[in-house]
Amino acid sequence: MGVASHFDRRPGAPNARPLPIPLSSPSRKRPDFGIVSLANSLCWGYAVKISCKINGKSYSNEVEPRLLLIHYLREVLHLTGSHIGCETSLCGACTVDVNGKAVKSCTMFAVQTDGANITTIEGLAMDGKLDPMQEAFWNEHGLQCGFCTPGMIIASKQILERHPNPSEDEIRHGLTGNICRCTGYQHIVNALKAAASAAQK
Amino acid sequence: MATTIAEIQKEKQVGKRLRRREDPRLITGTATYVDDIQMEGMQYAAILRSPHAAAKIRSIDTKLAEKAPGVIAVYTGKDTEKVGAVPCGASLPGLRVPHHNILAVNRVYFVGHPVAVVVAQNRYLAQDAADLIEVDYEPTAAVAEPEKALASGAPAVHPEWPDNVAFTYHQDGGDVDKAFAQAEVIIKQRITSQRLIPMAMETRGVVAEFRAADRQLNLYTSTQIPHLVRTLVASMLSLDENRVRVITPEVGGGFGSKLNVYAEEALMGFLAQKTGKPVKWIESRRENFLCTIHGRGHVDYYELAAKRDGTILGIKLKIIQDVGSYLQLLTAAIPTLSVLMMPGIYNIPSIRADIVGVFTNCMPTDAYRGAGRPEATHGIERMVDILADELNIDPAEIRLKNFVANDKFPYATATGLMYDSGNYAAPLKKALDMVHYKKLRQEQAEARKQGKWLGIGISTYGEICAIGPSPATPAGGWESATVKVEPSGKVTIMTGACPHGQGEETTFAQIAADELGVSVDDVLVVWGDTAVVQYGIGTFGSRGTAIGGTAVYYALQDLKEKIRKFGAVLLEDDDVALADGKVTSKKTGQSKSVPEIAAAAYRAMKLPPNTEPGLVSTHFWEPPNFTFPFGTHIVVTEIDGETGDIKIRRYVAVDDCGNQINPLIVAGQVHGGVAQGLGQSLWEQAVYDDSGQLLTGELTDYAVPRAHMMPWIEAEHTTTPSPVNPLGVKGVGEAGTIGCSPAVVNSVVDALSPLGVRHIDMPLTPEKIWKLLRKGA
Repeated sequence: MGVASHFDRRPGAPNARPLPIPLSSPSRKRPDFGIVSLANSLCWGYAVKISCKINGKSYSNEVEPRLLLIHYLREVLHLTGSHIGCETSLCGACTVDVNGKAVKSCTMFAVQTDGANITTIEGLAMDGKLDPMQEAFWNEHGLQCGFCTPGMIIASKQILERHPNPSEDEIRHGLTGNICRCTGYQHIVNALKAAASAAQK
Repeated sequence: MATTIAEIQKEKQVGKRLRRREDPRLITGTATYVDDIQMEGMQYAAILRSPHAAAKIRSIDTKLAEKAPGVIAVYTGKDTEKVGAVPCGASLPGLRVPHHNILAVNRVYFVGHPVAVVVAQNRYLAQDAADLIEVDYEPTAAVAEPEKALASGAPAVHPEWPDNVAFTYHQDGGDVDKAFAQAEVIIKQRITSQRLIPMAMETRGVVAEFRAADRQLNLYTSTQIPHLVRTLVASMLSLDENRVRVITPEVGGGFGSKLNVYAEEALMGFLAQKTGKPVKWIESRRENFLCTIHGRGHVDYYELAAKRDGTILGIKLKIIQDVGSYLQLLTAAIPTLSVLMMPGIYNIPSIRADIVGVFTNCMPTDAYRGAGRPEATHGIERMVDILADELNIDPAEIRLKNFVANDKFPYATATGLMYDSGNYAAPLKKALDMVHYKKLRQEQAEARKQGKWLGIGISTYGEICAIGPSPATPAGGWESATVKVEPSGKVTIMTGACPHGQGEETTFAQIAADELGVSVDDVLVVWGDTAVVQYGIGTFGSRGTAIGGTAVYYALQDLKEKIRKFGAVLLEDDDVALADGKVTSKKTGQSKSVPEIAAAAYRAMKLPPNTEPGLVSTHFWEPPNFTFPFGTHIVVTEIDGETGDIKIRRYVAVDDCGNQINPLIVAGQVHGGVAQGLGQSLWEQAVYDDSGQLLTGELTDYAVPRAHMMPWIEAEHTTTPSPVNPLGVKGVGEAGTIGCSPAVVNSVVDALSPLGVRHIDMPLTPEKIWKLLRKGA
């Protein structure tokens, strides 16, 4: 996945170069907020080229090192199906699949996904046919306002990958990282059970 | 094949567990929430907020921020002083309404108070620049607890007033002095309903676009009340109301927190006007915790008078309502709902209530799921349990004894309400059967002998829904609907309600499908755009179906009459009937389908007498009364004697919301309501420290229920139709929350009653329980 390597790419590093219009100026004196601020200031104004595959399609962009994956998906690529519920990895609304793992895309930088294979909610329904998990959420009324749903569906698919025939306990603990404020989770649990039994057939 | 379609059409849609019609866009990630809106040249706003709960602003230096990369403009309170105040919609005699500027001027009153705003090319740059603004604060003393704020010598939240009393309210019903004089037993208890954070999954967000040549403001905002936002924001910005278009795209949950008009809605309108380009602001979760309204915040002092046989004679209630620093839209009105509901579903002839609303240096409280009724229900249901314990009467029996009897409806309460219909014993008996109550009590007796802590808690709640008749509400309590049969025969419903998860796109289509005899798939439900939909009120107070659905129903009745008239012309017979999607001549048996009639109505070659072309009808429905759903929740708990951990063994909810349009959606509403009720009962609490810092300002510190924390909810129902509307529906959005908390607390208190425990304030954290297990009451 090439995760850590991008943190080394300071001004002057081989594939980091200034954007035509600086996004922000590294020379400006800023209040010192410590190490995070320091790390940011070293990368300011520079873009890093990343290439990744999202929902089967290849993308290549120059991004600021500090750009979060969720903002890359939503604001650069306009893939707005994944939502931002907290930006602190506590709610799970932004969950996407990165190289086969459900990941909260607000806790990952876009640069960490160079070379990655990503699936978002937009990539599940193919040729107008819903993914069985989407179908199960629909049939079982596993959503109300729908805001947590994209992340919830991605996380649910991973639960079934790990536990093809999950117990209620496995489902509930598997969903711990994803908050839903509407449903009380019961119909979501039903959706996972239904999707699991459909897959068994 | 044709027969099959006819058969499908004849099948009633109302009452079916249809999967929702709004879901395809939500499960595929193609729905549009505010943050999904992109516009050419769009700018982003970041708001600098006060880190102090109370401080004077000596100066603000924005120079560095203005010069920061990508910054278009920076504004402070001095620049926005001419914008109208954030509105307070409630009116009570003597209400002190502080002037609520959209950006702080000279002083800040709570942590999170907006002080300055930056507009920049993207959200990263806007936030960077906001960090460069220097504000020189002179912190002053703050007060964050309502009882401390009432004490003499407390810092004045608003220095223009000598004390922190925002309002007082008094209500008497029946002869309460006589009741207490005649009482054989009087129970007193202090009961709190802690401050809560609504925490909709989608934070608030606004996109504003101003078209200067037309003086037209387009405001995209995540709200439950688009038309009221239009009226009020237009007034704040001195714009013509008909040139402000509020669009509510998909809304990711509200629970009352978006039943409001916020500073940021007007502020974004201001910025769009000033900068001439669209502006987006999306609330961070941290801001959502600090700066979106909170709920509850009650300290209640109850006194209950009764006879020794368990007959309740009267209640006195003193409510101390934590108002926060300002009066948001309905802040002051919320505790008055508690007063209305204080007798619960019991025949209690006399009441006395006093509210004192108290300013604190905290975020204002306002409507959060249940809004005043959970507090009241928690109080009365706790008091009834304490009374039962005192008199050694079974808690189920004492409830049955005091219920309003079935032959007393409509029933006038001592608080001035008229309960529409009820059969209060039915859900109680059903729930008791479900838990095998007698056997369970025997098991409890056995468990106690073995030193185990097993509790059984009953809550028989009632609530006020379908809010509400206009005279009882601050802004009109009706709802509107326009129903159109398009020339092709497809049906479009435009509702003034504003669903955000409640499934009205489905339930309203079910109502229309039955009335017109068309397929549910032929019906489209539209809402949330003030340029498209006639004026409406919105979705809150469990009113969507009971009022909005009824407006749809009546618009459909008008339309059916028109369809019959056009059908009569086409069939050349005055005696026609509309059924199963077609109008049939009784004379010839010939029929014309709704699409055929619609085409003729728009083609207008031949009009029926006194009939306009087209098939459109609008109805504004004013309800004659609230509706009063009810039910019983029973919670069985097991407490770990070592850790104080509470395990919910069974959660039984038997709710009666009248007729159900879609039982699948009703169940979802109950589950979600219970989750928020359990949140309050066991985990959630907004905690401010003495200096007014919110200690639970993030999801790390504020315990929202997660999947593994929730028990299985056994949801059942009884059906007592409401006579208030022709659909017989009552509303169910808040029932789960209202019924839940007293059942949980009653259960845990019941478990610990051998220790002499009589009451525990929420949330029932393991720490509290552990301490009680160690020390006793």
